[in-house]
Amino acid sequence: MPKDSGIGASPKRREDIRFLTGLGQYTDDISLTGETHAVFARSQVATGIIKSIDTSAAENMPGVLAVFTGDDFVDVGGNPAGWLINSRDGEPMKEPKRPVLAHGKVRHVGDAYAAVIAETAEQARDAAEAIEADIDEQPAVVDMKSALAGGALVHDEIGTNQCFDWGWIEDNRAATDAAIKSAPHVTTLELVNNRLVPNAMEPRASTGVFDPGTGDYTLYTTSQNPHLTRLLICAFVLGIPENKLRVVAPDVGGGFGSKIYHYGEEALVLSAAKKLGRPVRWTASRSESFLTDAHGRDHVTKIEIACEKDGTFLAFRTETMANVGAYLSNFSTATPTFLHGTLMAGNYTVPTLYVNVKAVFTNTAPVDAYRGAGRPEATYSLERAIDKCAQELGMDPLALRRKNFIKPDQFPYAAAAGLEYDTGNYHALVDKLEELADLSGFEARRAATKATGKLRGIGVNTYIEACGIAPSNLVGVLGSRVGLYDAATVRVNATGNISVMVGAHSHGQGHETAFPQVVADMLGIDEGSIDIVHGDTSKIPFGMGTYGSRSLAVCGSAVVRATEKIINKAKKIAAHMMEASEQDVEFSEGQFSIAGTDKSVGFGDVALKAYIPHNFPIEDIEPGLEETAFYDPANFTYPAGAYACEVEVDPDTGKVTIDRFTAVDDFGNVINPMIVTGQVHGGLAQGIGQALLENCTYDENGQILSASFMDYAMPRASDLPLYTVDHSCQTPCTHNPLGVKGCGEAGAIGSPPAVVNAVINALHSGGHTDVTHIDMPVSPARVWAAMNS
Amino acid sequence: MYDFSFVKPGTVADAVTALASEDAQALGGGQTLIPTMKQRLASPAKLVSLTGIADMQGVSQSGGVLSIGGATTHAAVSAQAGGFAGLAALAGGIGDPAVRNRGTIGGSLANNDPAACYPSAALATGATIVTNTREIAADDFFQGLFETALDEGEIITAVHMPIPEASNYQKFEQPASRFALVGVFVAKYASGVRVAVTGASEGGVFRWSEAEAALGANFSPDAVSGLSVAPGDMIEDLHGSKAYRAHLVKVMTSRAVAAAG
Amino acid sequence: MTKLSMTVNGKPVSGNVEGRTLLVDFLRQDLHLTGTHVGCDTSQCGACTVHVNGVAVKSCTMLAAEADGADVATIEGQANADGSLNVIQQAFQDHHGLQCGFCTPGMVMATADLLKNNPTPNEADVRHHLDGNICRCTGYHNIVKAVLAASGQDVDAVAAE
Repeated sequence: MPKDSGIGASPKRREDIRFLTGLGQYTDDISLTGETHAVFARSQVATGIIKSIDTSAAENMPGVLAVFTGDDFVDVGGNPAGWLINSRDGEPMKEPKRPVLAHGKVRHVGDAYAAVIAETAEQARDAAEAIEADIDEQPAVVDMKSALAGGALVHDEIGTNQCFDWGWIEDNRAATDAAIKSAPHVTTLELVNNRLVPNAMEPRASTGVFDPGTGDYTLYTTSQNPHLTRLLICAFVLGIPENKLRVVAPDVGGGFGSKIYHYGEEALVLSAAKKLGRPVRWTASRSESFLTDAHGRDHVTKIEIACEKDGTFLAFRTETMANVGAYLSNFSTATPTFLHGTLMAGNYTVPTLYVNVKAVFTNTAPVDAYRGAGRPEATYSLERAIDKCAQELGMDPLALRRKNFIKPDQFPYAAAAGLEYDTGNYHALVDKLEELADLSGFEARRAATKATGKLRGIGVNTYIEACGIAPSNLVGVLGSRVGLYDAATVRVNATGNISVMVGAHSHGQGHETAFPQVVADMLGIDEGSIDIVHGDTSKIPFGMGTYGSRSLAVCGSAVVRATEKIINKAKKIAAHMMEASEQDVEFSEGQFSIAGTDKSVGFGDVALKAYIPHNFPIEDIEPGLEETAFYDPANFTYPAGAYACEVEVDPDTGKVTIDRFTAVDDFGNVINPMIVTGQVHGGLAQGIGQALLENCTYDENGQILSASFMDYAMPRASDLPLYTVDHSCQTPCTHNPLGVKGCGEAGAIGSPPAVVNAVINALHSGGHTDVTHIDMPVSPARVWAAMNS
Repeated sequence: MYDFSFVKPGTVADAVTALASEDAQALGGGQTLIPTMKQRLASPAKLVSLTGIADMQGVSQSGGVLSIGGATTHAAVSAQAGGFAGLAALAGGIGDPAVRNRGTIGGSLANNDPAACYPSAALATGATIVTNTREIAADDFFQGLFETALDEGEIITAVHMPIPEASNYQKFEQPASRFALVGVFVAKYASGVRVAVTGASEGGVFRWSEAEAALGANFSPDAVSGLSVAPGDMIEDLHGSKAYRAHLVKVMTSRAVAAAG
Repeated sequence: MTKLSMTVNGKPVSGNVEGRTLLVDFLRQDLHLTGTHVGCDTSQCGACTVHVNGVAVKSCTMLAAEADGADVATIEGQANADGSLNVIQQAFQDHHGLQCGFCTPGMVMATADLLKNNPTPNEADVRHHLDGNICRCTGYHNIVKAVLAASGQDVDAVAAE
């Protein structure tokens, strides 16, 4: 019987009530007395020199209160990159300043060079159009290869468009080169990991408030990590003391990475609020989101797999160009390096590998972590290439993978890409996949499809990811400028109900429901009496936020540690109440008792006693029952999975239809299976979207071509199948107290290669054996072109 | 949007009067015009809503001709054009349900978006576009991308479509917008077959005369297999090359014939 | 400015708006009914879906003035009279048909529109009907299940997860 509460149960989500009744409070839903509206003037050219900006007409427009340009922010700091990456030769990466508003030069379409504050948003928009900017358009740098070849520069002051040229692991380079040179078989594949626009359904929004009486600022903003945003604004950009800025991320309508980062609009509304003494709000239109949200992926990669004739892997080597866009976003240098190169060994016992990544500035929107962040790129390169390798060797693709899997008894396993996987069982995942996806029934289904004139194909792959980001000691060595622990405070109120203040931020992940399940299990009390508080720097101790499938593994572990502290203190109080020794107190199912006696007090009585400390040994026990814990993980966690996709291809139109998709994942222990399944569903839709539909493209002049939902194909209900999802193969994480690994990104990481492998398989079955690869998105036009080339 | 004044007359005559003022523009369901205005790509001084004119609403059938009021929504056509199943199906596949509840046939034809569905039906049926001043044959009405024979201030009050013996519309959707990447309407009459293609051509909706001749002789899906569409005039964009669109015209035509039966 | 009045969730309301005021802005800004959301500017995402005179429309693509005299229903008026979730809302919660919640009001309103016209849709009907409502979180699987469940159909037959 499934449990109906606590760890492993699937209670209905409590946050759903407000979302289903229209009572959610997203940033743009908050209106404040005296509020004003900001609108940005944005570059319409990919790059150009700002010769002059005349704001006089705009300033005299109805309702206009202030106009800002880059000149107003020359004395404040830039928005920094969070990771310092060194090139292979030891040179630190190039870090050009990213200003609040463009100054001197605009560098991508949408780059803001001025902002208008007015009484209404439409007045501000009218005035923004009246700003006369003389911008001398310059040749745009768009294609990465040309960007590296010389010519026009995105940032003149750094003298190059290359941010860094990174090698991983440099010491393995010679051995890898040698292995590839002498290998009996080498598979080579060149591929593009297409640029994506995250498109959380809630566009970014920020409202700045300044209280002249106290000097305190408040920022309401669409953030996955309000403390990180506060740190960036205070320590790097505006120099506001951290204790004078409160950042509130209320209900947030999805993030997928794009709302991790600090953006200039946040600094602008705060500065403007101070200048005007009135709240200043801004909400992006979807068109602005396309131009200015951090995009994802955008890698061009060549991968080589060296192996024996029997398929035993000998070495992997990749060369990648990674687009970082016009400016370095906060995680942009970590994403193509330590979230990508370190995963290149996959689930395999390959003895050596070498990854080279050149990060390239272009006149496009910044590119940063998007659901999966580097790991989808690694998985796609490797798992596509392995499929090609299997075809070249005449091997079954799953058999080739099985042959090279790390075996269950080899864990912990030091993989060739430098990470130590603590646990896993990849053979079990594939066994489960074969069963659930009914792989043995595929040929019959293929025959049935053939009778309809279509081509059926199957694609399989596995993946490994590193989640639970991240052990601060390790990431510090790797260049991170922050720690990646998390924090929680458990506050037991006098009447026994509990507030848990967490550093993770829930914007769809269901923390408000799942985290209480953990605390309720530990304390033996009703989870309905436990509330989660998140998203407000004035209420929570600290937190690095939600991304990298880290919330439960890192912040959840902090919740466990804080709850353990609560139990320890409550035991002292209980011992005092029962006039017993603390060592004799046992705690179970919400009751403190003394072994061998009938003495017992309930958790609620202890909580009350903590706040009414009459006759309290105050020299031994402080009043109150509230504990905080910071948790820093000992290692990454390593979710893994095996996926299968079956497609039907219409040979007349090239249209690919997904008939069935099976995802088998090992997330370790699972707290709320319903929520975990939902996370996988969402990840699958984004991965399938990348594989079949989504593509952000710029023309040679740097104009974005897919600038709205009219041209950027978002997955819709009719594009997707029902999924079969399983997470019963569990090898619990060995180093965090819950044994959990993280589930948020898996679907987006594991699914793209399965889809493309399936399409290639289908085409081969139709006789198109010369088609060895089609770049994503595998659109009807591309499939048809491949079949008719 | 830039601001504008708004009026919602109850009669065609009042609408015509309102449209006579400078920079006035007719507003049908607004499903194209309002997004365009939000991007500040249009700036009418006055919008004249046609949705309040009862005479421009509804579908009726008489003497083998289906008459549709210019302000009839796609949803209404889908529900009420049962006597012309090919058209009802086309209307039921435009955009999405909420768009179909607002968008109108008159608005769609007047806008003449090269990827819109309705122009293909109007052209394939040899429809008559009725305005407040005249009747225009569909063959004369469509004049290239977003261009029609309508004069300034002229309103489409109704569309008359001769009901074919057999018909079908096949749309291959552009994956993002769900507009037609290629859409083909095939209409079979005693007098012959008409085939109109939307979404594909840089010149907007067009009749594929070779296919009409072939299908006139042999109304079967295979009849077009030996034909080809010159790719030169086709649209090329993110979603498909000229050659791909030319190919799809043939595929969709064949499928429309098969579905028309 | 145009004076207008309408019924919203059964209550008469009135206001003074510019010609360019969209119905969604009137609802959100003038009436403070912020449950109706804006997710795009090309009339595609459906987060702004409301009912006008009984049919679903995108309130970001309709002028407020066009709704003068109309009967408008929004997400705020969907719960049962006692405040409990209605059948559709309850099905979305039961089947985890929402995550971040931003598209959810539009999904609920679109579902109500579907079930009114097609009380027992099949899976394909549901997917087709929701073509104008984009969700970035759920992958639609659980939304489809929720809609089928709201129609009173057994969803155990739908893929187990």
